Amino acid sequence: MDSPDVNFLDPEGYVAQQQRVHFWRIVALMGLVVGPILVLTPLIAYRYRFSGNSTYTPDWHFSWIWEAAIWGGPIVIVTILSYFLWQNTTALDPFEPLPIDGEPVRVQIVGYDWKWLFIYPDHGIATLDELVFPEGRPLNLELTSETVMQSFHIPVLGGQVYAMEGMISKLHLAADRPGVFRGRNTQYNGHGFHRQQFVARALPETAFSAWLDTTSTDARPWSDAVHDRIAERSTLQEMTEGDDTGAAFRDVPGDLFSGIVGPMDRDPDWRSRDRRDASVEAGPADGPVATATGQAADPAR
Amino acid sequence: MSLTDFIDALTGRMTLEALPFWKMVQNPTPENIVNGAIATGVAAILVLAAIAVLALLTYFRLWRTVWFDWLTTVDHKKIGIMYIVLSFVMMLRGVVEANFMRANQAVGFDGGFLSADHFGELFTTHGTIMIFFVAMPFLSGVINYVLPLQIGARDMSFPVTNAIGLALTASGAMLVMASLLFLPFSIGGWTGYPPFTGKEYSPDVGPNYWIWAVTLSGLGTTLTGINVACTVYKKRCPGMDFWKMPMFVWASVTTAILMIFALPPLTVATAMLALDRYLDFHFFTTDAGGIPMLYANLFWLFGHPEVYILVLPAFGVWSEVFATFSGKTLYAYRTLVWATLSIAVISFLVWVHHFFTMGQSAGMNAVFGIATMLVGVPTGVKIYDWLLTMYRGRVRITTPMVYALGFVMLFVIGGASGILLANPTIDYQVHNSVFLVAHFHNMVIPGTLFGMLGAYSFWFPKAFGFMLDDWWGKLGASLWIVGFMLAFFPLYAVGLLGLPRRSVAYSEAAYTPYTVVAMLGALVVLAALGAMFWQLYVSIRNRDALNVYAGDPWDGRTLEWSISSPPPVYNFAVGPEVFARDAFWEEKRAGHAYQIPDQWEDIELPANSWLAPILFFSSFTLTFGLVWHMWWLVILSLLVVVGALVARSFVIDRERTIPADVVREEHLRWLKAVREAPSAPRELEVAPGNWGRPQSEAGVPE
Amino acid sequence: MSQARHPGLKLGHEHDPGSGEVEALVFGFWIFMMSDLLIFGCVFATYVVMLPQVADGPSAAELFHLRGPLIETTLLLASSVTIGFALLETKHRADKRRTTLWLAVTFLLGAGFLFSSTHSLLGHLENGAGPSRSAFLSAYWLLVPLHALHVAIGCLWIAVAAAQVRIRGFDWVTTGGLLRLSIYWHFLDIVWIGILSVVYLGAMI
Repeated sequence: MDSPDVNFLDPEGYVAQQQRVHFWRIVALMGLVVGPILVLTPLIAYRYRFSGNSTYTPDWHFSWIWEAAIWGGPIVIVTILSYFLWQNTTALDPFEPLPIDGEPVRVQIVGYDWKWLFIYPDHGIATLDELVFPEGRPLNLELTSETVMQSFHIPVLGGQVYAMEGMISKLHLAADRPGVFRGRNTQYNGHGFHRQQFVARALPETAFSAWLDTTSTDARPWSDAVHDRIAERSTLQEMTEGDDTGAAFRDVPGDLFSGIVGPMDRDPDWRSRDRRDASVEAGPADGPVATATGQAADPAR
Repeated sequence: MSLTDFIDALTGRMTLEALPFWKMVQNPTPENIVNGAIATGVAAILVLAAIAVLALLTYFRLWRTVWFDWLTTVDHKKIGIMYIVLSFVMMLRGVVEANFMRANQAVGFDGGFLSADHFGELFTTHGTIMIFFVAMPFLSGVINYVLPLQIGARDMSFPVTNAIGLALTASGAMLVMASLLFLPFSIGGWTGYPPFTGKEYSPDVGPNYWIWAVTLSGLGTTLTGINVACTVYKKRCPGMDFWKMPMFVWASVTTAILMIFALPPLTVATAMLALDRYLDFHFFTTDAGGIPMLYANLFWLFGHPEVYILVLPAFGVWSEVFATFSGKTLYAYRTLVWATLSIAVISFLVWVHHFFTMGQSAGMNAVFGIATMLVGVPTGVKIYDWLLTMYRGRVRITTPMVYALGFVMLFVIGGASGILLANPTIDYQVHNSVFLVAHFHNMVIPGTLFGMLGAYSFWFPKAFGFMLDDWWGKLGASLWIVGFMLAFFPLYAVGLLGLPRRSVAYSEAAYTPYTVVAMLGALVVLAALGAMFWQLYVSIRNRDALNVYAGDPWDGRTLEWSISSPPPVYNFAVGPEVFARDAFWEEKRAGHAYQIPDQWEDIELPANSWLAPILFFSSFTLTFGLVWHMWWLVILSLLVVVGALVARSFVIDRERTIPADVVREEHLRWLKAVREAPSAPRELEVAPGNWGRPQSEAGVPE
Repeated sequence: MSQARHPGLKLGHEHDPGSGEVEALVFGFWIFMMSDLLIFGCVFATYVVMLPQVADGPSAAELFHLRGPLIETTLLLASSVTIGFALLETKHRADKRRTTLWLAVTFLLGAGFLFSSTHSLLGHLENGAGPSRSAFLSAYWLLVPLHALHVAIGCLWIAVAAAQVRIRGFDWVTTGGLLRLSIYWHFLDIVWIGILSVVYLGAMI
């Protein structure tokens, strides 16, 4: 198999394209700042070298003109950069849906050591380490982790977000055309970390429907035993060795994801007490949106 | 209690598996043999080096000297030197580890030669050592040595506390070294993020090593910060108001304030992690309501100001270096002060940029992104100020200046990549990739490390009375610059191509050319370190020819150059009074330098104290016992710590007196040597023949 | 530099060489206290963040009663008054016996605080409200025992300071030490008021 695409400067989707544009924009602007210093530094050091005969003013130490220039220059550049930063950051909030047409495909993603589980709640199926989706349509992802903190990333499609135990993060992506892309966890989580990769496969609409049908009938049925096996610390390859658990499942319960987010097994009364119920999160799965401080997300979401 | 119980209590959680070769012997697979051989080899080198040092000290009968002149000393100059020696020893280990990692990644396509866990230990110890036991001791050492001299003081405000700060830092370093003999160290990275480092996911003792090493370093640093701040407030010589302090002093006091404010969150975070691991608390666990994200906030509340703790002292060094070697007063001193202070303030307002990807709102990310870019303004101003200091000066390219020019050019590149990372949307792509690794190495190697190596080259003649060989120095500096570029510029590229950090292996063949070049860069850096050690050897061998006893080899500007090299134990025979910022430069210009004082007084200095060495050993045994759950050792060490502190408070005789006659004799001998020294023109600055008395540029008319 | 003297304590005669030392020591100690206050600040912030994280354990409202904390508050506030008397004796009379007497009273009040505090903590432990129960209780078991540990260290310091006064009398080392001890002790009071307000009174609301 050819190596899947992994370079965001050669993007395959809406978000990554915007990121590439923004990347080169900043590189260009920073070039205006860095370039002169790279040229001036050796130039000044040479021009005013000890053995030269340039002007020497040992006591000169201030000039309002220079002062205005050296404060003003960076302030202007940073102001311009800040404008672009604000615009770009709010436009590409990974938690917000993309401004593209088409019925969104919902996938719920659970991070394990060292594999990813992709749940298709509208179709009752799930896959391991393979995210299959149709090209051109928005891909709405919800993420959590059943182990330590992980970071979910498909570079050619867009940015990464953390997946954290007991919390839901969101990510919105889309692919422009069919293709096979590399995805991975980027947050170190032990000795299987470097093998925690998956394939993101964008299919034409018809092929995606066909895949849904095949998987719903041919895949192995989901069971608690399967869930326990996935939750063990192993890569997909280690997990399936000498075992026919497989990497695709049917008959996946609709509340699997919300059950994983809210640890009902540990704490039957979690709805009334736990922070996990503290937020008012409208959506198929209840549970707070992840925020930096661990508090419930702001209601504006 | 049976014998087994007794041995269990004695050894805690330590078993034979802690030995570096045990796994290899028990289960000799090729992977275990390779990794076991490396670990055993390194451990053997450590043991042999320790034995060799002990043997040499015994053979040359140096134990008395070591105890009375070094271990128990409270002299800020000697403490500074010990900090820097510690830093170089740890740097050697850190650079060797970097070479192992780079070599492994160079062949990392579908698997390197290191096991994943071994690689994990390497990147964790490398980061922990380089931040806490190389950069921090180095800057503490330079500040310790230089600051009291620059403000005309005889010592720090709290000399014994100063020695304790060193003792705690050194015992933390020793704990990290002990992890080479008794495995394993943490694999959780230098940031030690739970829940991965919690006991559920890391049940071994590895994270314990990390927690206690970092905690010791943090406590030592807090004490240093308090001491430096108090020294600057209380110990300045007459005439030195705030606007006459040398720029390095400003940088140091700002750093000290950052230390005082930034270290407590780290102490709290590591303490909470320790409680989670030892006593089953639930701060950062994934169950019982723990919030792992709280750790990220606390850690970076420390971690980001820490970046400026690292870089501000270097900025102070550059200000001295550019002014001295341009023969010109610093451009826009007050601007630099304000820029330094604003960097310190902004540094507390940007910590969220370390986890843009954790899911906070776009607005919040944007605010922190913009705050981050704001740091670029005062930093940019500083760069221009240094360039304007060279402008219309007479620039001499010495070793410190090679570092300084390399710093300016490389640091702006690192700053540009920082601006990229400050943009949340770009960060979403390159966060956790080796692009980030390249960025922060680009800040701390040219920023901090070049600054410290520049300081080492600049003030070495002051500390030891002879110059460092300039040719080898320039070679070392050039190798550092080239090695850095080879090692990290490819990482920018391969990070954009998507290589995550901390990967022992990868599955894209396209990465290999980049990782191979990076490995060559790491080798060049190793060669740079070799050149520096050779430079030291060559210089010691030629120390008579390179002698600068007269004390002013660089045509210096500030007070530390107005005394002999090395300085007398009391620094200043007569307390100086200053009337200008470039105090010594103005004295030389006015022809008032090297005057014979009118009167002599007895000088009182703090007496040696056994407290620091006792705390050094007992805090090491305390934390080593904690790592391995050897509770008897913990209790015993705690008793020693408390007992030593109480006993110390009863010590009455805390001062010693240097009689006026001795001071007078030493000072007159030095003044005689100054008068007899041929004064060297700046062309011969770095050649033998510079006896430390310059034909000063201060006399050159505009 | 500054000729300002720390007010409120007799530091020997006008030209006592020690007074400059004490000046710097006290200043440095203030900075140290500030850094310690930041540690408590982080721990307080953690406690507030953890308040809702009760998992399946008891909440603050279910757990805390005011009786114990009010006794502890009384003891600690009283001890601040008595250590004040100890310093007044030092300043005005330089009377070894009276100073150590007041220090002893302070020590006893501190020990009483520790006894009461330990008693209530052990009570929580017996009721299954130990630190392992929930993140909220972890935060409580960090905050309150951390303060108690400070009080215990303070008690040890009082004992040492009293012994020093007995042995050495009043020189700049012992008086400077007493000055810092009193700063430390008042600081513990302030932190305790924070704990009383945030933890115990906060639970009543």
